[in-house]
Amino acid sequence: MYNFDYVKPGSLAEAVEALKADEAQALGGGQTLLPTIKQRLASPSVLVDLGGCLDRGVHAVRDGDCQVGGGATHAAVAASQHAPKWLRAVAAGIGDPQVRNRGTIGGSLANNDPAADYPAAVLGSGATVTTNARSIAADDFFRGMFETALAEGEIITSVTFPTASTVGHSAVVAANYQKFAQPASLFALAGVFVAKRTDGVRVAVTGASEGGVFRWSAAEAALSGNFSADAVPAAPSADGMIGDLHGSPEYRAHLIAVLTRRAVAACG
Amino acid sequence: MPKDQGIGASSKRREDVRFLTGRGQYTDDINRPNQTYAYFLRSQVAHGKINAIGTAAAAAAPGVVAVFTAKDLEGAGGVPCGWQVTDRNGEPMKEPKHPILAEGKVRHVGDPIAVVVAESLNQARDAAELIELDIDELPAVIDMRAAIAGGALVHDDVPNNLCFDWEFIGDNKAAVDEAIAGAHHVTTLELYNNRLVANAMEPRAAIGDYDSSRDEHTLYTTSQNPHVIRLLMGAFVLSIPEHKLRVVAPDVGGGFGSKIYHYAEEAFVTWAAKAVGRPIKWVADRSESFMSDAQGRDHLTKVELAMDAEGNFLALRCSTLANMGAYLSTFAPCVPTYLHGTLLAGNYKTPLIYTNVKAVFTNTVPVDAYRGAGRPEATFQIERTIDKAAREIGVDPIELRRRNFIATDAFPYQTPVAVQYDTGNYHATMDKAVAMADLGGYEARKAASAAKGKRRGLGVASYIEACGIAPSSLVGALGARAGLYEAATVRVNPTGNISVFTGSHSHGQGHETTFAQVVAEMLGCDEGAVDIVHGDTARIPFGMGTYGSRSLAVGGSAIVRSVEKIIAKGKKIAAHLMEASDTDVNFANGKFTVAGTDKAVDWGTVALTAYVPHNFPHDKLEPGLEETSFYDPANFTYPAGTYICEVEVDPDTGRVEIQSFVAADDFGNVVNPMIVEGQVHGGLAQGIGQALTENCVYNSDGQLLSASYMDYAMPRAGDVPSFAVDHSCVTPCTHNPLGVKGCGEAGAIGSPPALVNAVVDALAGLGVTHIDMPVSPGRVWAAIQAAKH
Amino acid sequence: MPSVSMTVNGKSVSGEVEGRTLLVQFLREDLKLTGTHVGCDTSQCGACVVHVNGESVKACTVLAAACDGASVATIEGMANADGSLGVIQQAFQDNHGLQCGFCTPGMVMSAADLLKRNPSPSEAEIRHWLEGNICRCTGYHNIVKSIQAAAASMGG
Repeated sequence: MYNFDYVKPGSLAEAVEALKADEAQALGGGQTLLPTIKQRLASPSVLVDLGGCLDRGVHAVRDGDCQVGGGATHAAVAASQHAPKWLRAVAAGIGDPQVRNRGTIGGSLANNDPAADYPAAVLGSGATVTTNARSIAADDFFRGMFETALAEGEIITSVTFPTASTVGHSAVVAANYQKFAQPASLFALAGVFVAKRTDGVRVAVTGASEGGVFRWSAAEAALSGNFSADAVPAAPSADGMIGDLHGSPEYRAHLIAVLTRRAVAACG
Repeated sequence: MPKDQGIGASSKRREDVRFLTGRGQYTDDINRPNQTYAYFLRSQVAHGKINAIGTAAAAAAPGVVAVFTAKDLEGAGGVPCGWQVTDRNGEPMKEPKHPILAEGKVRHVGDPIAVVVAESLNQARDAAELIELDIDELPAVIDMRAAIAGGALVHDDVPNNLCFDWEFIGDNKAAVDEAIAGAHHVTTLELYNNRLVANAMEPRAAIGDYDSSRDEHTLYTTSQNPHVIRLLMGAFVLSIPEHKLRVVAPDVGGGFGSKIYHYAEEAFVTWAAKAVGRPIKWVADRSESFMSDAQGRDHLTKVELAMDAEGNFLALRCSTLANMGAYLSTFAPCVPTYLHGTLLAGNYKTPLIYTNVKAVFTNTVPVDAYRGAGRPEATFQIERTIDKAAREIGVDPIELRRRNFIATDAFPYQTPVAVQYDTGNYHATMDKAVAMADLGGYEARKAASAAKGKRRGLGVASYIEACGIAPSSLVGALGARAGLYEAATVRVNPTGNISVFTGSHSHGQGHETTFAQVVAEMLGCDEGAVDIVHGDTARIPFGMGTYGSRSLAVGGSAIVRSVEKIIAKGKKIAAHLMEASDTDVNFANGKFTVAGTDKAVDWGTVALTAYVPHNFPHDKLEPGLEETSFYDPANFTYPAGTYICEVEVDPDTGRVEIQSFVAADDFGNVVNPMIVEGQVHGGLAQGIGQALTENCVYNSDGQLLSASYMDYAMPRAGDVPSFAVDHSCVTPCTHNPLGVKGCGEAGAIGSPPALVNAVVDALAGLGVTHIDMPVSPGRVWAAIQAAKH
Repeated sequence: MPSVSMTVNGKSVSGEVEGRTLLVQFLREDLKLTGTHVGCDTSQCGACVVHVNGESVKACTVLAAACDGASVATIEGMANADGSLGVIQQAFQDNHGLQCGFCTPGMVMSAADLLKRNPSPSEAEIRHWLEGNICRCTGYHNIVKSIQAAAASMGG
């Protein structure tokens, strides 16, 4: 790996300042970034470790919504009393135990790997991503493979999952994530998150599309009318799906329908 | 009651203590004073002409000691090949030079072009980025069928990229053709035996050191056979006489074949340590291993099996394209030929067999032996084809195998493919496997799977392997450029404890424990009194090392021979002490006695007398108690067995889940059952890896797509079940003193066809007749779709 | 170069590191604790697993500088005070849970984290937990058995 400076700011303000340096890059848990740097595919001048300034906890907020600190590890979310079961299950299925002990939700979302699990959960549940500067709805956050709405130097401070239904506030009633793991990397070959919300059904798909995580609107429409596995439409078109040595575009498209049916059935 | 030590005991492994406390000494754990670090700049294109390599900027970079390219190595030989195959026209195989660093052309992704030696690895790697490469990319030769059809050439002087065109046995061809032409039924199967990466968990590493005051070179390396490396590198590559070259293979983290071979990096660090006057360390990172360790298998094969109306096998005809990669690795030519063709009889009495093998150069990493080497390829062909045949003629696959097994009373059995099986009982291991697999409950389990929407399948495979390689005179006649004996020195120290120096090398097999068990059994002493020394050419006798499940059968036999000599000499010393005749002295339980008397001397007295020979038969004997033997086996050994696998297939996703796996093996006598079972477990997982998850894939440009653990799917704990293994069916080997056959490769040989047969069985009702390995979810799903249409 | 201080196997240590120095490099090269191994460069194999503040992590994917002030445990710290094998280590020897020994330190450290969280894991739970540790020798059978045996001797 190329050399770089390492700083660990004690406050968000200091972190924002540190990230203004040329070729500065934020470091969450480092479980994707450090391997990338080791392969010399990235060459930051300075790594700004956010471990000293981000909330690492999981909290119940606003009458029961679940707010996950940007620095919360996957293991922390998987073990949290305050996270809904479906979110704990998503976190518990990311990578392997050691990755879960270091990797953070903020890091995962900022990277937006097209085969990562959290983007499906965030988009599928209709969560809100909060940064040092603003709040961003999930629908506005993901901008295609490895692309997000984050500006240069913007830091994810928390993610709020809508789990409490109050007047004027829709929330998830039931949800399930079905992941079909790529056998080598343990990333999703395809992963489908289905959320039954007070205002309808959302279906988010990861791992399958060259455009990164996306909402499968045909399934959402069908399921909003009839929330049953039988109502899931036929597989989406294979156009734009990823083809690689682990699976063809057609296979991935097929898996989306299979996993959606299973997720719906698992929602109960 | 199980024994608590000696042959047959599950003695706990003594080597575990250092591995479990972090005190193993692997090559990367060794550091030499004032050492430098080497970084190999490797080709990023599969095929290209090198116009120029600019090294000035790199040489001037911080911390750089020197930069080397092929022109610095003029005078050094190429990396040699240790086996010559003669093709069916009587011509020797094509053997193009395999230079240490690329000369004129690069021929695969990963082919080393230049080396930077620097004060730190980071500095070496930073500087390597400053090397200016002027390379014209050439069309890559990747597909074997295209390679032999003409077009681009990997080596300009090898027409059609054909290394050799070999047949076995040529004299059988006409009869085989005739039998197939006239047969009642012929089953045909075309299959691809997938390319694999050995992936020992310890990446390769090498440290070169040179002592100018003594003119002595030392190489520390991750090798399964340090003496072989010393011979090949000293004699053929660097012209260093053996007495000035020491090769140390310390603790080695797995090999599986990939650490048999002599590699360019070993020669480089040995040579360059003298050139720069400082030790040089090189450690592969895993990405580098993927493009520089010899890979395995990669055979494209057509099989035809002729049967009569009763399903008796009449003839077998096979033709194979075998991928050699870009250069010939050390033992590459023997894998698709003599380690493969000689096993095509399998466990069966097929009277007529013929195979043709074309070995092909491609712009890929060299291919060589990998756990099983040739025998898994033979077994897969036979066992998949029998399974297909059983379905085609409507006979139960177990029954079809039994009908054709070599009869239990037919041993020794001469096959039509040159080898003679000494012992075996294939019905016994089949019976055992069937009993373990609870076939009576299978239909109920299948129904339960169906109720969950899953398809259950049952797969059987029998195997035989030839191991304990091998009689030197035989392999010499077949093209080996080495002998394949093993050596052992047994030194009884003055106070009676014992040091054993073996040419075998342990890199996971547990020799330090099992060899001590053998010696303790023979001498009636405590295992703790025996120490096993291996892995250092300065300490051990010239030996051939560990591969082909040979360590106990060959290396263990050499130890037995030396201990026998020790006992014989001990008897003479004891006879002198007891004033008796040599021939009246018995040795048992660590004591020398005279028949019919109460005279006795103990082991310690004899040992001490040998070294303090005050009262000693100097007229008949020399002092000391140390013996060396070179054991050259009379034949291969032939472990065999039957494996049964049950799978559940999810037809919606194509995912295969192994429900159970049973293995009944005949390994002959067993020294340490715990270790034998561990070897089988590991072999099974490796075979299951080949069949289910692993696949080494290049694209048409020769880029390695499965270049890391992100894409090369190593089997994990969740991919395999707990195994049921048995080795109670024993037909001892008749030609080695321990009656042992070897167990290291069996699991990897028998498991792939058992698994694939099970998957095809699960999907047969949908019309699926074959799926190439690995039977990954995507492929299984695609096979189901293809069968539907 | 920044300096780091941490506790490793109960002892205070400190050293100068570059920003890019990985924890595994600091352990192996600076502290000469070579029991922690490097088997891959993509954070999959788990040969480098150590504990940082009581949790198992891959030491090849953690910066040494990020461990300033942390408590680190490695395979070298797993034996009993008298030097005899600790419970998990002993279970691995008793059940032949290792062959070449290269993945073993990571397996033991990973198992220790599992048993802390789940004192009596099922076979399926053990196999699932081990997805971050690759072994090429044992076929996992005896590793699973070793961890079950360790759990039993620890009273789980």
